[in-house]
Amino acid sequence: MTLWWAIATVCLGCYALKLAGLAAPRRILDHPVVSRFAELVPVALLAALIAVQMFSENGELRFDLARTAGLGAAMIALLLRAPFLVVLATAAVITALARSFLG
Amino acid sequence: MDTIGDRSAAIRDGLGVGVAVGLSGLAFGAAAITAGLSVAQACVLSLLTFTGASQFALAGAIGGGGNLVAASAGALLLGGRNTLYGLRMADLLRVRGPRRLLAAHGVIDETAAVTLAQPNPAAARAGFTATFASLYITWNLSTLGGALGTSFLGDPAVLGLDVVGPATFLAILWPRLAVSAELRWLALGGAAIALAATPFLPPGVPVLLSAAAVLVVMAR
Repeated sequence: MTLWWAIATVCLGCYALKLAGLAAPRRILDHPVVSRFAELVPVALLAALIAVQMFSENGELRFDLARTAGLGAAMIALLLRAPFLVVLATAAVITALARSFLG
Repeated sequence: MDTIGDRSAAIRDGLGVGVAVGLSGLAFGAAAITAGLSVAQACVLSLLTFTGASQFALAGAIGGGGNLVAASAGALLLGGRNTLYGLRMADLLRVRGPRRLLAAHGVIDETAAVTLAQPNPAAARAGFTATFASLYITWNLSTLGGALGTSFLGDPAVLGLDVVGPATFLAILWPRLAVSAELRWLALGGAAIALAATPFLPPGVPVLLSAAAVLVVMAR
């Protein structure tokens, strides 16, 4: 599977998922198992993505102090109710500063 | 408030959300180039996938040296929540035929948030259109800008851009974690499963495995 095939699959698949919701009968959503699964899955996946992108490189566990400091700064920004882009900019700036000081 | 007032308030909300969130396409462009995608690949993803979390997930898994099948599966699982937004918005938008095919592309987190918050269907439709149009234009232009900028800058780690993907996911998750202890436990469980599996499984697979935490929560 080349990268372009993966991109085509994701583009087509994501569009089909969006269209399926608009076109499907309304009663599907009323099924409690469906709505609960839909609420929970993104939480687990997003948390797993954060963990893997923060603490692993090329399939091995690795702790990066500068990046961890950046995510900590993002958490503080979120606690202070900063806007979305301010949160991202804070994380990047703190990571870059920590990296330049730590060498 | 009268219907016309509701509609202009919905359009204002939509434009604000669309432009602000659309600018984070800069972060996606940067993350995609960092992960090894070309500028063209980053732009095609933003034009045709147009759902941020799936795009970041695909780029992140590829950047981690991941298996492409697992990377695509993770992106599609994340895209599954748009199906549920579509189910909830179908009654409000009432689109048929070619207009439904166009509107479907705009069924994402941000349009759902604006559309479902409106007091009546006319305002909901106006809010949907304003959010979709402004976010689509801004997201795609800023993806191009971020991708071009990063490919000229050299090593993105020097600028701290490697933290932008995780910080984006954290910001998306935050409102849900803030109100529910159960979701905080689920997030911790998902993260722990993925990290524990990382040394043993190909990149991309540990993230999919984290969905097992959902089954534990649902079985309780």
